[in-house]
Amino acid sequence: MSVYPYIVVAWLLGVGLYGVISSRNYIHLIMCLTVMQASTYVLLLAIGYRTGAKAPIFADIPEHSRVVDPIVQALTLTDVVVEATVVALLLALAVQAHKRYGTTDPDAMVRMRE
Amino acid sequence: MTRPRMIIGCLAVLVLVGGFAWGATGLHPFGTGHSRYGNHLAHSTVPQRAATNSVVVTAFDYRAFDTVGEEFILFISVVGVVVLLRAIRGDADDRPEDELVPEQRRISEASRWLGAALVGPLTVLAAYVVVHGQLTPGGGFQGGVILMAGLAAIFLGGEYLLLLRLRRSATVPQLADAGGAAGFVMIGFGGLIGTGVFLQNFLPNGSQGSLLSGGMIPLANISVGIEVAGALLMVLSELLDQRLLGSQ
Amino acid sequence: MTDLAPLSVAVPLLAAALLAFLHHLLPRRVFDLLAITAAAAAAALTLVLLAHVANGLSVYWFGGWHPRHGLAIGIDFAVEPIGAGLAAFVAILMVLALVYSYRVEDVQAPHYHVLMLTFMAGMVGFCLSGDLFNMFVFFELMSVSAVALVAYKVHEQAALEGGLNFAVINTIGAFLFLLGIGLIYAHTGALNLAQIGRVLANSPNDRVTVVAFTLLVAAFLVKAAVVPFHFWLDDAYAVALAPVCLLLAGAMSEMGLYGLARIWYGVFAPAFGGQEGVIRAVLVGGGLITAVWGAAMSLSEDHLKRMLAFLTISFVGIFLIGVGLLTADGLAGTAVYVLADGFAKASLFGCVGIVQHRLGQVGQRRLHGKARHLRATGALFLFGGLLAASLPPFGPFLGKSMIEDAAVKVGYGFAAPLIVLASALAGAAVLRAGARIFLGWGDVEEDRESSSSDEETESETTGSRDRTPAVMFVPTLLLVLAAAGIGVWFGFADLAGTAAHRFVDGVGYRAAVFGAPPPLATAHSSSPEWYDWLYSGGATVLALIVAAAGLWGRRIKAHAALAGAATIMRPLKALHTGRIGDYTAALALGVVVLGALFTITLR
Repeated sequence: MSVYPYIVVAWLLGVGLYGVISSRNYIHLIMCLTVMQASTYVLLLAIGYRTGAKAPIFADIPEHSRVVDPIVQALTLTDVVVEATVVALLLALAVQAHKRYGTTDPDAMVRMRE
Repeated sequence: MTRPRMIIGCLAVLVLVGGFAWGATGLHPFGTGHSRYGNHLAHSTVPQRAATNSVVVTAFDYRAFDTVGEEFILFISVVGVVVLLRAIRGDADDRPEDELVPEQRRISEASRWLGAALVGPLTVLAAYVVVHGQLTPGGGFQGGVILMAGLAAIFLGGEYLLLLRLRRSATVPQLADAGGAAGFVMIGFGGLIGTGVFLQNFLPNGSQGSLLSGGMIPLANISVGIEVAGALLMVLSELLDQRLLGSQ
Repeated sequence: MTDLAPLSVAVPLLAAALLAFLHHLLPRRVFDLLAITAAAAAAALTLVLLAHVANGLSVYWFGGWHPRHGLAIGIDFAVEPIGAGLAAFVAILMVLALVYSYRVEDVQAPHYHVLMLTFMAGMVGFCLSGDLFNMFVFFELMSVSAVALVAYKVHEQAALEGGLNFAVINTIGAFLFLLGIGLIYAHTGALNLAQIGRVLANSPNDRVTVVAFTLLVAAFLVKAAVVPFHFWLDDAYAVALAPVCLLLAGAMSEMGLYGLARIWYGVFAPAFGGQEGVIRAVLVGGGLITAVWGAAMSLSEDHLKRMLAFLTISFVGIFLIGVGLLTADGLAGTAVYVLADGFAKASLFGCVGIVQHRLGQVGQRRLHGKARHLRATGALFLFGGLLAASLPPFGPFLGKSMIEDAAVKVGYGFAAPLIVLASALAGAAVLRAGARIFLGWGDVEEDRESSSSDEETESETTGSRDRTPAVMFVPTLLLVLAAAGIGVWFGFADLAGTAAHRFVDGVGYRAAVFGAPPPLATAHSSSPEWYDWLYSGGATVLALIVAAAGLWGRRIKAHAALAGAATIMRPLKALHTGRIGDYTAALALGVVVLGALFTITLR
């Protein structure tokens, strides 16, 4: 149990990267980036987890309860927003590429120029 | 070029995965970590800010400056999307609106009504999540996204034109995006004026468990909520424009 | 005075948001003025900050969250002369770029201005921040703004491609950064640079630290565009608007190296202090390859902006050598070189922008002799080429000499001739292009590789094409003068030397963040040795010879040499495919090689 989350992180990183390398479609490529990005979420949340601890919200638990790390959760929130914006920009570029050149294949776009 | 790329790429990815896993498994076993920093923040939020959600207090007070940057990343991506999609839209802006929406008739009555029925509850839920940010799970980002979901319900209900008009005639979302982003910086300046330190809390902490607790955090949450909703609405309607034009 | 630190970021951010808020109310020219004012305010603030901090270090805690019992709670700006100087440099470049942008087409004012201001705020924040995650946030603010600015001319296919390549590769770099932050936080429980450094200093260096260090270094090298992480750069810089190139080439590439230096001295030096030699070898090796690779590519490039983009890569390589020597002298040399060369490169981009405004083209062969009437611009361009070739006694000469001296001091004397070679080739590329375009010298060659020249045929500016607008010429002139002036005043080397000694004092840094009075660095003075003049003079002469060979190679029967050069360059050029998949594979390979070198040697 104790290392599986980290293995998942490595796996997500790897498949996402493989997807980006092999992709022949911008939309697919952008989705592969979001898979890689998922590895960062899993890592951040995994390192803050404490077995048996509660969520770091003291609305209905005693003030000195054992809680998981709130900082990584705040970092993940930032991470989510940051990468969502990058995806929005990339999608906008992919849409433009498709409208103007009728292709979402990165390699085909390069060939068209040659 | 594709074959060498795949061979080199696959080998490199395999080694990278192995290397990362090797490094990460050197960490403390899952669930047993300890961070003095995290512990300190988790257990200071109630005494220092009378706020019970320590994630939100971390994001909006202890590490508020990160959130300022993050908000501006969102803000600037909207500006970026508008810039990047501009030229295509220019071609189509003159067309009459009903030409743009051939699919509208195909929306079933059921999804129309469901869309209409969801708008109200989602908006109320969004407001609830935003203003309770410092107390329970939620906050400006989450609430803003839900508010946006309410507007997306309009889209699912087939009322594209309403959304399009919202973006074309009024500049509400753009103003919300810019105003929300400016709001957080102004809260920072409020701290500078009130206490002499940028982003320092300048409002009373209030009493634990009430809506007005956590000092400046509720204000920051509202400003972020407005910005997130405006930003996402901008992005959605920009991409929606493309979708509608694409169906020609 | 430290109270000004947050304002240098907050003022441009607030200005950006307000400009966007007022987008329907004001005319374009008012936005120009407001944006210039905001950038000038940031420049003034960072300059005051720089003057105030002098050779010390001042720390600003946001939200008033000072450390308690040795635990950093909030986010700090740790203002040092090197960081503040770089921030001021960015802001000054931005002011000039915005003036230069007066004629740039802005379809929906003020979007362009908003993007530029947040771009600057991101870089300034990155320079000042003393918190690892906060550095990431500003790193991303800078990248996201830059993506939109690079792909600004969406009607050109090359701009779309360049923007996509740039965004994808830099996003992967951001993931590496974030994974590194995650590992470091899990390992040390801290995000503040000084705090992480303290924890690492007291713990054995294990595999987590090595992997995290690899990831962070790789992320910074992606941004700096060091071989093999560099492929995105020429695609991106070749398509950006000229004033945007001013900033991209002048400042953004250097941010990665600054981040590298900051985490090395602030965080990792105590953990890996014993194995400095290994890291030095890796970084200097990467720098040498990058320097020569970039220079060779720039010499074989027809498209003017792409040529300057490779020039940027080449100089990043030299800067990496300076930083990678891991000594204060190397860092001081890099600081001088970054400023001088940043101004010089920016001025070259400025000249290209003027050519593009006047003639609507950027292909060297097509422009052959067509810019004869642009005498002043031609003079600036050719002088810029001499500066790139490190003509003594101007700015780039001073910086290059300091790096070479520093390399000799740690036994890396062999690096000096390679640096000379790189700067000679890079200078030759500029000189040859200038001689072709502005003087009409050299043989008119057939346009065999027309693809690059076709990339960009439209002008990106508005207004009359009959004369060079003063708003474009004056900033370019100022940039050239700044690049030259830095070297003429040798006192600058002493300032940089003292600042660098402050920067490499990680122990003092960590103590100062936690409230100890910052130790004042003692003054250091250095001046170029006799052989530096020889080296740089040699580089300039070599640049002239190579440029002449490029121009008249056929006439002086140097066919064999030209053919040989072409043979060497062919495989190198073939690697720059423009395909994201290839670039990503190269990136993955780079990370793996870096990680393997560090893992084998550092444990």
